[in-house]
Amino acid sequence: MEPILTVEELSVRISGLHILQGVSFTVAPTGVTVLLGRNGVGKTTTLRAIVGLTPPAGEVRGTIRMGAQSLLARPTHRLVRGGLGYVPEDRCVFAGLTVAENLRLAERRGSTPAYDKVFALFPELDRRGRQRAGSLSGGQQQMLAIGRVLLNDNRLLLVDEPTKGLAPKVVTEVAEVLERVAESVPVLLVEQNLAVVRRLARDAVVLAAGKVAWTGDAHELLLETALTKSLLGVGSAEAAAPSARSELASPAVARKDKL
Amino acid sequence: MGTVILLALTGLGLAALYFLVASGLSLVFGLADVLNFAHGLFLGVGAYGTWWAAGNLPGAGPDGFGFVLAVAFGVAAGTLVAILVELVLIRPLYSRTIEQVLVTVGLSLAGVALLQATWGADARPFPRPGWTRQVTGILGAQVPNGGLLLIIAAVLVLGAILAFLRWTRYGLVIRAGVENREMVTALGIDVRKAFTLVFAIGGAAAALAGALGGVYFGTVSPGQGGSLLIFAFIVVVIGGMGSVVGSAYAAVVVGLVQQFVNYYGTSGLGDICVVGLLAVVLLLRPQGIAGKVATA
Repeated sequence: MEPILTVEELSVRISGLHILQGVSFTVAPTGVTVLLGRNGVGKTTTLRAIVGLTPPAGEVRGTIRMGAQSLLARPTHRLVRGGLGYVPEDRCVFAGLTVAENLRLAERRGSTPAYDKVFALFPELDRRGRQRAGSLSGGQQQMLAIGRVLLNDNRLLLVDEPTKGLAPKVVTEVAEVLERVAESVPVLLVEQNLAVVRRLARDAVVLAAGKVAWTGDAHELLLETALTKSLLGVGSAEAAAPSARSELASPAVARKDKL
Repeated sequence: MGTVILLALTGLGLAALYFLVASGLSLVFGLADVLNFAHGLFLGVGAYGTWWAAGNLPGAGPDGFGFVLAVAFGVAAGTLVAILVELVLIRPLYSRTIEQVLVTVGLSLAGVALLQATWGADARPFPRPGWTRQVTGILGAQVPNGGLLLIIAAVLVLGAILAFLRWTRYGLVIRAGVENREMVTALGIDVRKAFTLVFAIGGAAAALAGALGGVYFGTVSPGQGGSLLIFAFIVVVIGGMGSVVGSAYAAVVVGLVQQFVNYYGTSGLGDICVVGLLAVVLLLRPQGIAGKVATA
């Protein structure tokens, strides 16, 4: 199968720092591909470069293609309208706007927003339409951030650390939603929670020091104790035994672990 | 009592003038991160456009509908200049702050020089309807109608901007953009169109301030925009960069402080107090009264 996203020799320099140094990988046209690595290796920078959000002071080189279409140097709003959905790290909901206004902002001219789909996944958003997004809990804000993107049809979703800072129960809910979303649209996911990775990801790309250190099957990676320890800085217990961490003990994730 | 009422209402008139200049300045800074030192030029264009139209534009004049037409011409001219400035000079320089400041400072100086070269450096009498020279008795105070006109105009502009921000799609984009411009782009919205729009709104409000400021002061001069801009910047910082309502609150505070202190203290002391107030706000609440929320 042709990959939905091809990244070749991607280099990003920001303020003199060479953050990405010739990163190359592909994203399969179905399922979840996870981008892993220790803090500061360039995972978020990679997603932001793909969606055209490298700071103006930054310099991006290489090739990024979605299907046959080159993405580099195209403005972000055009990439997004072309079907590249982006859920940023830390949610980035508009705190001063209501939930309904946050969703309305994501509507696109010429297409019918899929409110039914979004409210089916997140009924809470329907009930809290008039509430200011800034007063939502972290989990609700994450649902809003994902719901905002799902209002429109996407060819590829970029999701940056969706479970960061969330309570274990909410982590499970977010993982369930992403699993359902990934049934219809491919996802490139940055995630630190290895239980979520185990549950969702089929392919993995591991970055280290601004370069691709490993690519392959995500489950194989998590079974390789020495590899996960050297690349991700976690031991075998954390990578292979989800019950060792509180958020991994949730029934849904545990159920998946047994499969 | 009559003196206090008079000072309060003339202070509010001054506040209205500051608000008309500061509201657009605040939106432009809040959304586009542009410190527009050329904003005073839009005021100057509005004032001179109204002045010129009252004497030369067919149908326009110093009274009645003719004056409304003259003001409309001045506002249209200020809006057009604001749009052109954004499209031609600012747009290529977004995210290049130093260059933006240099360009807008240069443009404000060049604009004043151009007005001086065209119509002279001296203040010229401003054509205004006869009733604006008269006064209205309010609670024992004889309040100039020109000041009351400014207050009414500022309240209408505030209401119109808030309604626009609250009820329109572009208003929603601007409110969101003031919070997080990058995320607006990441939702597939071309935020640059909103930049042009806020420049147009700011230019129109500043041009209206120029036209009504001419009525208030009775004269028009090339440097008027620049001197008002200093206080407008203070209002923007005190109110919260990006907040229209914050600008309104801050304009009222600045206008009243200036008027009362200048009257009961020494002339000019009010201006110093306003700068002191700015320093206090920056020390205690650097985000301003309302913070960075467009309609807060």
